[in-house]
Parts: sequence; structure tokens; C-alpha cells
Amino acid sequence: MPTDILMPALSPTMEKGNLAKWLKKEGDTVKSGDIIAEIETDKATMEVEAADEGTLGKILVPEGTQDVAVNTPIAVILGDGEKAGDIKASAPKADKPVTEKVKEDAPSAEKAIAETRAPQKAETAVAPPPVQAANDPSIPEGTEMVQMTMREALRDAMAEEMRADKDVFVMGEEVAEYQGAYKVTQGLLQEFGDKRVIDTPITEHGFAGLGVGAALAGLKPIVEFMTWNFAMQAIDQIINSAAKTLYMSGGQMGCQIVFRGPNGAAARVAAQHSQDYSAWYSHIPGLRVVSPSNPADAKGLLKAAIRDKNPVVFLENEILYGQSGPVPKLDDFVLPIGKARIARAGKDVTIVSWSMGMRYALEAAETLAKEGIEAEVIDLRTLKPMDTETIIESVKKTGRVVTVEEGWAQSGVGAEIAARVMEQAFDYLDAPVARVSGKEVPMPYAANLEKLALPSAAEVVEAAKSVSYK
Amino acid sequence: MPAVSAASSSSKAASTRSDGAKSSSPRAAAPIADFSKDQDLSAYKSMLTIRRFEEKAGQLYGMGLIGGFCHLYIGQEAVVVGMQMALKDGDQVITGYRDHGHMLATGMEAKGVMAELTGRAQGYSKGKGGSMHMFSKEKGFFGGHGIVGAQVPLGTGLAFANRYRGNDNVSITYFGDGAANQGQVYESFNMAELWKLPVVYVIENNRYAMGTSVNRASAQTDFSKRGVSFNIPGEQVDGMDVRAVKAAGDKAVEWCRKGKGPFILEMLTYRYRGHSMSDPAKYRTREEVDKVRTTHDPIDMVRARIIEKKFATEDELKKIDAEVRDYVNDSAEFATHDPEPDVSELYTDIYR
Ligand SMILES: Cc1ncc(C[n+]2csc(CCOP(=O)(O)OP(=O)(O)O)c2C)c(N)n1
Ligand SMILES: [Mg+2]
Repeated sequence: MPTDILMPALSPTMEKGNLAKWLKKEGDTVKSGDIIAEIETDKATMEVEAADEGTLGKILVPEGTQDVAVNTPIAVILGDGEKAGDIKASAPKADKPVTEKVKEDAPSAEKAIAETRAPQKAETAVAPPPVQAANDPSIPEGTEMVQMTMREALRDAMAEEMRADKDVFVMGEEVAEYQGAYKVTQGLLQEFGDKRVIDTPITEHGFAGLGVGAALAGLKPIVEFMTWNFAMQAIDQIINSAAKTLYMSGGQMGCQIVFRGPNGAAARVAAQHSQDYSAWYSHIPGLRVVSPSNPADAKGLLKAAIRDKNPVVFLENEILYGQSGPVPKLDDFVLPIGKARIARAGKDVTIVSWSMGMRYALEAAETLAKEGIEAEVIDLRTLKPMDTETIIESVKKTGRVVTVEEGWAQSGVGAEIAARVMEQAFDYLDAPVARVSGKEVPMPYAANLEKLALPSAAEVVEAAKSVSYK
Repeated sequence: MPAVSAASSSSKAASTRSDGAKSSSPRAAAPIADFSKDQDLSAYKSMLTIRRFEEKAGQLYGMGLIGGFCHLYIGQEAVVVGMQMALKDGDQVITGYRDHGHMLATGMEAKGVMAELTGRAQGYSKGKGGSMHMFSKEKGFFGGHGIVGAQVPLGTGLAFANRYRGNDNVSITYFGDGAANQGQVYESFNMAELWKLPVVYVIENNRYAMGTSVNRASAQTDFSKRGVSFNIPGEQVDGMDVRAVKAAGDKAVEWCRKGKGPFILEMLTYRYRGHSMSDPAKYRTREEVDKVRTTHDPIDMVRARIIEKKFATEDELKKIDAEVRDYVNDSAEFATHDPEPDVSELYTDIYR
């Protein structure tokens, strides 16, 4: 088969160029690596190298031609025994990758971008696979429920998974001897020893990256951040290394790792220690983002996260650590990642939240009930992948949505929910979606200002009434 | 553990390298000069002010008047007081969250600091920053930073500005033994030496980072050597002896003023209280703490020296003690009666 040589792209933005010069003529033999032509744009000149062996059968674009579109065939190489007569009138083959290697003076990063962009225009966008999570496993009748704190539930989840799989280990600041800065890893050092429960130096970027490396090598690290605020030191490794390596390696190299720790505002710890990273991480393809609001979900989802083959960002909450709740006493209680939970059924308005926001949401629902408004409260539990279906189903019933989050409104999770509801249930809406969020200010220290900066149940009540036109 | 020597042996022994490291000129310990009467009395008063202030802050915290994190500086007073004695107008100071002592040492008012701790309108940050985030342009204090290690590149940048402007000011960049393991510290070291920036890195080695002792977190526990691969000179200093701190500070600051680049001072010191108010400090023994307190307390040592040298009588010292107490009590009084910031402050100071 005769092979086309295509007009190469010199930069991601290059659409056309001039064919300055042919260095080979028809009938010349060419070896792979031979420079056969020179191309010019207004920015640079580059040489076109042959990537195939054979004879230069035909020059399709003569020397001196201006404005040759990228990917236009410019010449044809004939293989052994092929003749010029074999060349059919060439039509541009947009889907054929540029085979010529180019030597150029443009920065190589730009070239890399050019290569990734090239095939993009060929295909119409393919839809991502639909997100479908299993339902919660049914809990056998008569299962004993044990009251425990979120802290204990998280600890038990880790302990159970560590017992089951020796490749699971936990590391972070103060996780071992001190038993965890917030005592979530209490007792783990005693049970599993210092090989598997590892105190790190204060080196977030380093140990997060080390964890990712260990995961690439097949281990299953649980990396605890003392709080997620400190993971900003490590966010590059979480996003650039953990989230993307599977894709960049064409599916060869996955990274089974859990990053966990308390997220969001604690109390009076001011701007650098009070941030909600829900929106930040749920922006990133390749990450799963889980954020439970109660002990049972915390246990079932942390176990699922540790088993998940993907990097999971597990956002806990310091204020919720001490909160108790019933957890089913089962040998292996695992919940599906990606499935929301209807925490309270109702028909008048849908309130969507997760983690600490559930407190405001449920408290508001109580108040609203007293005033005759029955709110349906959805606990997302997983932010990525988001269980849109559960939200949409609820909206079809209620026609009204309020989102509640501690994070800032702009580009927040509430904004994402509003967009999805608008896209998928526009006709069912009786009012615009209302967002209750943290105020767009760094968290102040002063008690009165901090209170104002955070969302509150009262604000949720107000929002629910306003979307209900009450 | 090298740091123990600071607490148990004489200042001279502690500031002399015990591990046979080469003592080429910049690394040889600065000779410790005796203080004059004025210097001793002033150091005494400054250190005592910090101690009493911190004790009061601890009380207010216990009463619920201070919230969040509150990291006390008790035990480490000689470090900031001695360093400050080596500085001149225009020099800059920056540190982490254990910052009350640094602020008082730079001359920031106790009232403003305490009112910030209680989150009130006349605090240094209008109540918006709290214990960990206070600043004073006037006094050259650049914070007050909550992310361990983050102040180190910032302090290096302050030094960069000095060099850029061609003045001879120096940036004093404080951080802890735990912070010394953050990557950005070494990125800073490299730039500082590469560009000969006038920054003194003061590593306050109080032997613990939260509950982690130095030797459980550090491959190289001699922090004065942490600049070796960048050719930054370093020195270990008895951070409990204010004279040793001042002497080392003088030397390091002069090095910087002369344009020779950065200098590292490892201050061997000790924190008496828990890491923050919520830390029971079970990772060390009561005896360990008591030993430092009774044998090597920075304030007791100066006090004893003042008496011994007859710089002041017991009565005169008691008078100073009373003045200090009043000053601190006034600040607490002020900080508990000042109103909270006006709610309109929520949306101010985000942009300018
Ligand atoms: C990046 C980052 N990681 C973790 C923390 C939590 N933290 C606050 S102080 C501290 C210990 C720091 O110890 P050290 O540097 O020795 O200073 P010291 O508290 O002893 O003054 C830790 C881990 C933080 N604030 N920032
Ligand atoms: Mg320390």
C-alpha cells in the first residue's frame, strides 16, 4: 500500500503552513529518518522526516505552495514493488495519524499537545459510560445494630480491611504512636505493628507521592492527612500522579490508594485550617470522592474505598467524629460508592447535601415539617461519581431543590447539582434551584463572624421556603 | 539526642558541636559575651512578659474566651528575645503558628495580641486571624502562618526584597524541628544560597513536632547541618541561654548584612506545655519537662545571674514582676471587654 505523507502540525494552534522546499525528488529512495522537505509557518521552520522506507512515488504538493492545511497529503511513498500507478487520487484521511516525525525548533511540550489534539476532531464526542451504582446491600432482618462514633466506625473499617489484606497499610502524621491526631487510628499500631501503621515526618507532598508510588507497585496505602488543609501541600501528587496515571498509561498502571482525613471547618481555627475541598476534588476525572455523614456510611464506604481499585479521596469531618449512630454488626458491611441515600422522604422540596451539611439539612427539614413543608433530604455520600439519578427522581416528585454545602458557592458542588437538574429535569422544576453555601470569604476567627460565614439550618429553611414561594 | 545537652549542660557545651563536625570559620560557635546590666534586665523583662502573657492566654482559653488552636511559647522565650536583640529597624520577622512570643518580642502590644486571641475588634487582625494569624507592618512582623513550613519560602522572599532594594536588612525566618522536614524548606535553602539572600533561618528545635520526637521524624537530627549540601553555614545554639542566642544572632545577622547569603541557627530549646491546648503530651515524661524547668529555665537563669551580679535586688526584681503582671492583666482585661468585630467586617479585606 502506498503511504501518504501528511502536512504535519508544528504547534497545537497551527492550522496551515507553507511547503518551503522539497529535499527529495520523485523517484528518490528514502529511508526512515531522511529529511525530505521543509515546512514554514510564521513562527518557525521545521524539517519533515520520513518515517517509512521506500521510494518517493509522487509529490502531491509542489515546493512553494502556501497555506497547506495540516494533515493534507503532500507526497506518497511507495513500498517494494509498488508503482506510481498504484497511487489513487488521494483524499485527505483525517483519521490517519501524522506518521512523519518532525524535527522542529518549537518547544516539545507544544508538540506533545499537538499530538494529543490531533485525533480529537475526527470523532464526534463519545458519551461517557453511564454511572450506575449498586443499591445498598439489604441488611438481614434481626441484624444487631451497634452504637458507635464515626471515629470508631472509620477505625473499624481500616482494621477489618487490614486484617483481610496484608497489602493495606496506613501512614500519616501522628497516626501510630499518638494514635491519630483525632484518634481515628486508635489501636491500629498495637494490632498491626509499625510496619503497617507508619508515622511520617511533616512532609505531605513527600508521603502522598510515596504512597502513590507504593500503590503503583501494587500496595494499597491509606494515606491520612491530619486535615485536608495540609493536603494542599500534596495536591499535585493526588491529582497529577494518583488521578491520571491510569489514563496516561493507557490503562496499565492503576493506583489503589485512599487519601483520607477531616475536611471542612472545625471550630474557630481560622482561614488556613477551615476549608471544604468537596468541589476541588470532585472536579478531577480519575478520582472518586466520598464524604459520609454518619458512622454506618463511614464504615461501609471506607471499606469500599480501600477495596476500590481507583484513588479515592475520603473527606471526613472533625465535628462529626464524635457523633454516634447505629452501625450494623456484620462481618463485612460494605456500601456502594456512587450511591446517594434518601435520609428523609418528603414530597414538597428536595434538599441535597452530604457530610456536615446533612446536619443543617436534617435540622431544617424538622423545622419545615412543623410548618407543613415535607422536605426530602438526599445525602449524596459520594460526590464523584455523583448519583444524579436519585436527585432527578426526587425532583420529579418535588419540583424544588435546595443544595447545602460548607464550601463556597462559585464552581461548587451545589452549582454542579443545579446544572444537572436544569439539564435533566428542567420541565419538572417549579422554581430555580437554591444554593445554601459557605460565604465567599476566607474563614474568619471571631466567633460572630465565623457563624455568619458558615451555612446554617435557618438559611436552609429560608431557601426551602423561597423555592416553595412561601 | 543532641538537643538534650541544651537542657542539661552549660550553654557553652550546648553551643559547641559535639559530633566533631568541621568548625571552619562560619560554623564555629559564636563566643558568648556577658550581658551588661541593661541587657540582662531588659532580657529578663521581655522574657517574663512573654511567659506571663502565655500563662494568661492559657487561662483565658480554659475559660472559653479563646477558641480554636492556641499554641503556647512557654519555655522558648530566650530564642525570640535573644534574636530580637540582634536586629535593627527594618529587619523582618516571620514564623509559624506558635507566634505570640515573636510578636511581643518585636514590640507588638500585648493588648492587640490578646484581643486577637479573643477574636475582638481591636485585635491585630480585627479578630479575623486569631492566635495563628497576626501581622504588624509597623514592627516588621509578617505572621503568623498555619501551614507548617509555609513561612520559610515567604521569609526567603522577604530577604529577596531586601536584596532587590539593596538595603542591608535581614529576614529572620523561624520554624520548628518538624517544619524542617518540609520540602519547601530545601527549595528555599537552595534559592537563598544561590542568590545570597539575607535570611537567618532560625530552627526552633524544641524536640517535638506535636507528639513526634525529633529522632522519630528526622534522618539528620542535627538541624544546623541541614544547609550543608547547599553550602549554608549553620550553628547549634543553646536556645535556653539568651546570651548565647544573642551572640549567635549577632554573628548570623552580620553575615547576612555583609551580603554573604543565608545562615542557619538551630536553637536547642524546649516547650513546657502541650503542642496546643488540646494536647495531653503523653509522649514524654513529667520528669523530662521538670528537669528542663528546674535546671535550665531561660528566665530563672537570667534572674539568678542578675541577683548574683547584683544588677538588681530581689525587691527590684519583684517590682519588675509586678509591672509585667499588670501589663499582661491589662491586656486580658482589654481583650475580654473589647467588642467582637462588626458583622460588616465579614466581607471586608478580601480584596483591596
Ligand atoms: C502542612 C501542615 N501539616 C500539618 C500541620 C499540623 N501541625 C501543626 S503544628 C505541627 C507540628 C509542628 O512541629 P514543629 O515544626 O516542631 O513546631 P512546634 O509546634 O514544635 O513549634 C503539625 C504537624 C500543619 N499545620 N501544616
Ligand atoms: Mg518542634
